[in-house]
Amino acid sequence: MKILGTGAGLPARRVYNSELAAFLDTSDEWIVSHTGIQTRYVCVEESLTDLAEAAGRQALRNAGWTAKDMDLLIAATISGDYITPSLACRVAERLGAVCPAFDVNAACSGFIYALEAADAFMAAGKAENILILACEEMSKHVDWTDRSICPLFGDGAGAVAVSCGGALRYMHLTAAGNTAPLKMRAPRGNSPFQPDVPQEDKFIRMSGQEVFKFAVQSIEKEVGLALAALSLAPEDVHLYLLHQANLRIIESARQKLKLSADKFPTNIERHGNMSSAAIPILLNEMLEAGKVAEGDILLMSAFGAGMTTGTCVWYWES
Amino acid sequence: MSHNKMLQGITEILREYKSADDLEVTEETTFESLSLDSLDTVELVMMVEEKFSVTIEMAKGIKAVADLMSAIEKAE
Repeated sequence: MKILGTGAGLPARRVYNSELAAFLDTSDEWIVSHTGIQTRYVCVEESLTDLAEAAGRQALRNAGWTAKDMDLLIAATISGDYITPSLACRVAERLGAVCPAFDVNAACSGFIYALEAADAFMAAGKAENILILACEEMSKHVDWTDRSICPLFGDGAGAVAVSCGGALRYMHLTAAGNTAPLKMRAPRGNSPFQPDVPQEDKFIRMSGQEVFKFAVQSIEKEVGLALAALSLAPEDVHLYLLHQANLRIIESARQKLKLSADKFPTNIERHGNMSSAAIPILLNEMLEAGKVAEGDILLMSAFGAGMTTGTCVWYWES
Repeated sequence: MSHNKMLQGITEILREYKSADDLEVTEETTFESLSLDSLDTVELVMMVEEKFSVTIEMAKGIKAVADLMSAIEKAE
């Protein structure tokens, strides 16, 4: 598999830490020192389908495809505009695609899980040209009165157009069977046979310390496994595109690998944690900035609720 | 493991983490007094796990050296 085109879609509204400090007991200094986040984009007029469509159209354009060239559309998301139809079907409708389309939910690891699904479709000979979307509207899931959660997240959509090729050299997914540290209940209907769900259960709940520990440990372990599998030294990798959840997690990984900061590009400062959308948007930014050359080795590693991880390595082919 | 050995190990970890060879550490030393926040505490717990070969469950109550020592005893 190889990536032929990438794209991104963001809301127009950028929210600064100082704006949050106006209605929360927090400060720009606290948020920056604990997370590295300075701003995040938040949907106001836009729907998630709008962002996903914009990202998808850009990826198709960069790949030189039309919607009719796609054999399959996969969307990684936990925050589609509808429970059903899937976000993938909503975007397929907008793009005028007629291929199969479905969603994947692996939380912040969702983009890597979608890549693995795409690769499996290709290996089975069931698809050649696949559009992968990874899109999140986290602003509708967080409790905007909870200062420990709402500053962390942002909205955004990333997309990659993938086709058959040899660029993807390594893929490893995990799910630890540990759902307590990070979760959000699905909305309930009005069944008269079940009691009402308390209001507080509507939002994302996270044990920050547990998630931080899992993230640091899993990145160290998964990066080590990937490097060993490909007989690579840490410095052989040109770019480590890690999930953007907290600058301190990325810094911890960088220090353990004893590498320079330029190998660990970040966008969390501007975007916050966009869950599954973080890595594809970061990849799109790196490509637009001309930071990826033919043959470069890119390692992507994500972790998320579940607790899940996904790690893959690319020898870049355009 | 003896209290003294635990305290000595934790002292070594804190001195390394704070890059301060002469840091004075007692059981009563709080992480806040060393300007360490909740995420620093997680890093310390992971260093303790490695040093003492134990697995510590993260809990919000780990705020001082004594709490870390209790967590090690519980994990042993």
